[in-house]
Amino acid sequence: MYTTVIGLEVHVQLATKSKLFCGCSTAYGAEPNTQTCPVCIGMPGSLPVMNEEAVALAIETGLALNLQIAGFTKWDRKQYFYPDLPKGYQISQYDLPITHDGWLEIEDPKGAFEPKKVRILRAHLEEDAGKSLHDEAAGKGDTLIDLNRTGTPLLEIVSEPDLRSAAEAKAYLTELRLLLTYLGVSDCNMQEGSLRVDANVNLHIPSDDPDAKDGKIATPIVEIKNMNSFRAVERAIEYEAERQHREWKETGRRLGQSPKQTRGWDDAAGVTRAQRSKEESSDYRYFPDPDLAPVAITAAEVDKVRERLIELPAAIRQRLVADYGLSLYDADVIVNQGRPTVDYYLTVADQSGDNKLAANWLTQDVLRTLKSQEIGIEQFAIPADRLAGFVKKVSAGDLPSSRAREVFDAMLDSGADADAAMESLGITQVDDSEIDALCQELLAANPKVVADVQGGKQQAIGALIGQAKKKNPNIDPGKFRQTCLELIAKG
Amino acid sequence: MTLVESSAAELLGQLGAGETSSREITQACLDRTESHDAQVGAFLRVDADAALAQADAIDKRRAAGETLGPLAGLPVAVKDLLCQQGEPTTCASRMLENFRPPYDSTVVAKLREADAVLLGRTNMDEFAMGGSTENSAFQPTRNPWDLKRSPGGSSGGAAACVAAGMAPLSIGTDTGGSIRQPSAFCGVVGMKPTYGRVSRFGLVAFASSLDQVGPIAGSVTDTALLLDAIAGHCERDSTSLDVAKPNYLQDIDKPLDGLRLGVVTEHFGKGLDPEVESAVRAAIAAYEGQGAEIVELSLPHSKHAVATYYVIAPCEASSNLARYDGAHYGYRTEERAMLAQLQADRKAAQEAGDEQALDDIDTALVRMYRQSRSEAIGPEVKRRIMLGAYALSAGYYDAYYLKALKVRRLIRQDFDQAFEKVDLIIGPTTAAPAPELGQFDNDPLGMYLLDLYTVSANLAGLPAMSLPCGQSKSGLPIGLQLHAPPLEEARLLRAARMFEQSGAWETKRCEL
Ligand SMILES: [Zn+2]
Repeated sequence: MYTTVIGLEVHVQLATKSKLFCGCSTAYGAEPNTQTCPVCIGMPGSLPVMNEEAVALAIETGLALNLQIAGFTKWDRKQYFYPDLPKGYQISQYDLPITHDGWLEIEDPKGAFEPKKVRILRAHLEEDAGKSLHDEAAGKGDTLIDLNRTGTPLLEIVSEPDLRSAAEAKAYLTELRLLLTYLGVSDCNMQEGSLRVDANVNLHIPSDDPDAKDGKIATPIVEIKNMNSFRAVERAIEYEAERQHREWKETGRRLGQSPKQTRGWDDAAGVTRAQRSKEESSDYRYFPDPDLAPVAITAAEVDKVRERLIELPAAIRQRLVADYGLSLYDADVIVNQGRPTVDYYLTVADQSGDNKLAANWLTQDVLRTLKSQEIGIEQFAIPADRLAGFVKKVSAGDLPSSRAREVFDAMLDSGADADAAMESLGITQVDDSEIDALCQELLAANPKVVADVQGGKQQAIGALIGQAKKKNPNIDPGKFRQTCLELIAKG
Repeated sequence: MTLVESSAAELLGQLGAGETSSREITQACLDRTESHDAQVGAFLRVDADAALAQADAIDKRRAAGETLGPLAGLPVAVKDLLCQQGEPTTCASRMLENFRPPYDSTVVAKLREADAVLLGRTNMDEFAMGGSTENSAFQPTRNPWDLKRSPGGSSGGAAACVAAGMAPLSIGTDTGGSIRQPSAFCGVVGMKPTYGRVSRFGLVAFASSLDQVGPIAGSVTDTALLLDAIAGHCERDSTSLDVAKPNYLQDIDKPLDGLRLGVVTEHFGKGLDPEVESAVRAAIAAYEGQGAEIVELSLPHSKHAVATYYVIAPCEASSNLARYDGAHYGYRTEERAMLAQLQADRKAAQEAGDEQALDDIDTALVRMYRQSRSEAIGPEVKRRIMLGAYALSAGYYDAYYLKALKVRRLIRQDFDQAFEKVDLIIGPTTAAPAPELGQFDNDPLGMYLLDLYTVSANLAGLPAMSLPCGQSKSGLPIGLQLHAPPLEEARLLRAARMFEQSGAWETKRCEL
């Protein structure tokens, strides 16, 4: 069996208010060409001026991805002709990226693969191009250009080929997106093109060929472009691995025997397609952009960014497991919801004093509600401190767990706290003497049940619980059962 | 003395004293242009009404006692490479024939702030590439001293209009000598400031790391006056130097004490016209007469300057000019004809069964790029784009571009070392007086050698200026060039003024 070897290039739109080299807005969805100025559309005579916030966000991301921050970095021009590239070149970073050599750890709570550190080669800044709108409906083959996106800051994060399966690739992308959204450096909205993925894929096939390195033969590398969902990345990788294996069996062609190929992913057809050699052959003629001075980044500047660095998903997971006693699975579910949910959980756990119960209510009832209402935790009707009060009551037995769900629903509807919700439902604390009296009354009225229990059939008590609840809806069924058993035992 | 013969400084004095008005001066320049520019071809466009309206407005404000800018009422001609809001900014190219920028370049904005009258747009070599102003897509400019000759380039129109008395002041740009060389050929004063001293915002880029805007005028003082108005830090240009601007006029008439002048051995070698050499030697003697110490020195890497320049400048140009692709700016080929031709080409290849030819045929997009660029860009610009694209391409980058960058550093080091020993470097601006028109039609390399003495300053980012220091027997101006360390424009101007005041050579106006 072969090994699939995958490296990913992820383009992330940084969450700056303005573009990389001008003051134009980066907001999504405006009328075409309304967010442009002479600088970002490369009008003759215009000059770029660097956005320092973009540099800070790149450094912040670099620190979070364990990357080295370059002390000296510069801007280069990547040159090619394309209608959505108004200057005829893209300002990017070639040989001296702002950050390099780091890693991101991935782990599957379900254990589908071993935890691993995926090495990251570099993460560099560049400006985005515009968008071509092909007006084919008109039958004229006209192409319209929208340059709103032109000059938007992107961070291109390039991994080493350390990923070994579509599942690992997806885990890497998921963890990367989570980390970037935690940092707030990007909204990572794939529909809006804030996160785009290219994958480099080839196979290592075991072989006893004397030329095989470490007993393996590598197939030529294929770059798959144009993937706009994690699902597409997974499918494309799986498809491509099979295709390469088939091709290898047919041609026996190895790495180095044909140039790197570029293929596009056709999501509807579920296949990758070769692009014409003309489309893929490129000599970008990189050279340093003479309009922009190189950037020197001092240790003090890096420290300033480091200070604002927040706790990252992996560390929070660890904390939830180690300090809150949660399972890795629960910790993962909570962390993957994003930082606001983590904060919500921490409040509920800390204030209720029952970490596990807090996690159960959050990962089940709360998340289910959010999903059905299609809202985020910020819009959730029960604030964290109220849910904490609720959990505390359940945990202490002040609220019978049989009726907790009713109280939760009432809190959800009215926004009330647990006390008010219980009151509205007529749930009050039943004291032990009341339970005692009720047990005695019902046992006396049901000698058969007593006899059955004495004969070893403890579940016979169940028949009394319904009657007990009818007499006092606030009664805790567990407590009632326990008291009955004790009374019968005493005789 | 008529208005067109007066210096800008004299005109300012007359304006201040109420002896003349901006309208009178502007009208005199317009009249002079009207009567002589059909021959000279210095201007691409003059908007007389707009200029007079500006002049009137300034006269009115002066009459009302308002505080006015330092160039108040003086006409200034601007090279057609600097964006002026709403005005065609063609760069003397068919490609930008219809380009009207929606913004002012920083230099034009500063001229407006200084209350100058924007007189018109001067001719140039297309996209500032060339040394003769014959590479303009619209018209050649002729040297007002001898209409059979070139005014030099690429700021030929900017230098010629001052020499011909059509404007007291003009703005040029200098990428490899494009201010100094035409200034020398036309007998006027021109300066390339330190790289980053004057904003490049709104200057249509030729070679970004070399381009610099500078003043051209009839005298050293006028040059200082204009430089003072346009220099200074600009936030819209990342390469602009963030340093305070001195007042260039303040000490201009004070001679420099103990001046040490470097004379570069390599500047007086083979190929230097004897008449130019003797004029420059006489100028050096005049400085000695004023107490300057002459120090012989060598700039060993200067012999590589032209070769280095002709790698770096085309590389940057090939990139800067990529935006003129027919899709975004300027000229686009006639699409219907293009598509019909493309279809015919395909059909022909199909009928011939020529698979290879069929495969080689452009897509409509590529054909549009190719045809738009090939139709609208002139031969000299094409030549340089090709040179640059080649030098930057994979496999040649290290051998050409990177090597050139290394030599560029060595050239700068030579200057740094030289300026440890001397205050200024003195020598010829050009190896010979103005060439005849058409001389370089089949000799692009010969034209490139016109930049022999001027390109080093651009490669090293230094300020340098040219001022008249004599005339050939046939009556052609000869230019003296001074180089200074970075940001020492004031030193340059004072030294130039010393020569002007020495009486060794009286700057003459040409007769038309
Ligand atoms: Zn913009």
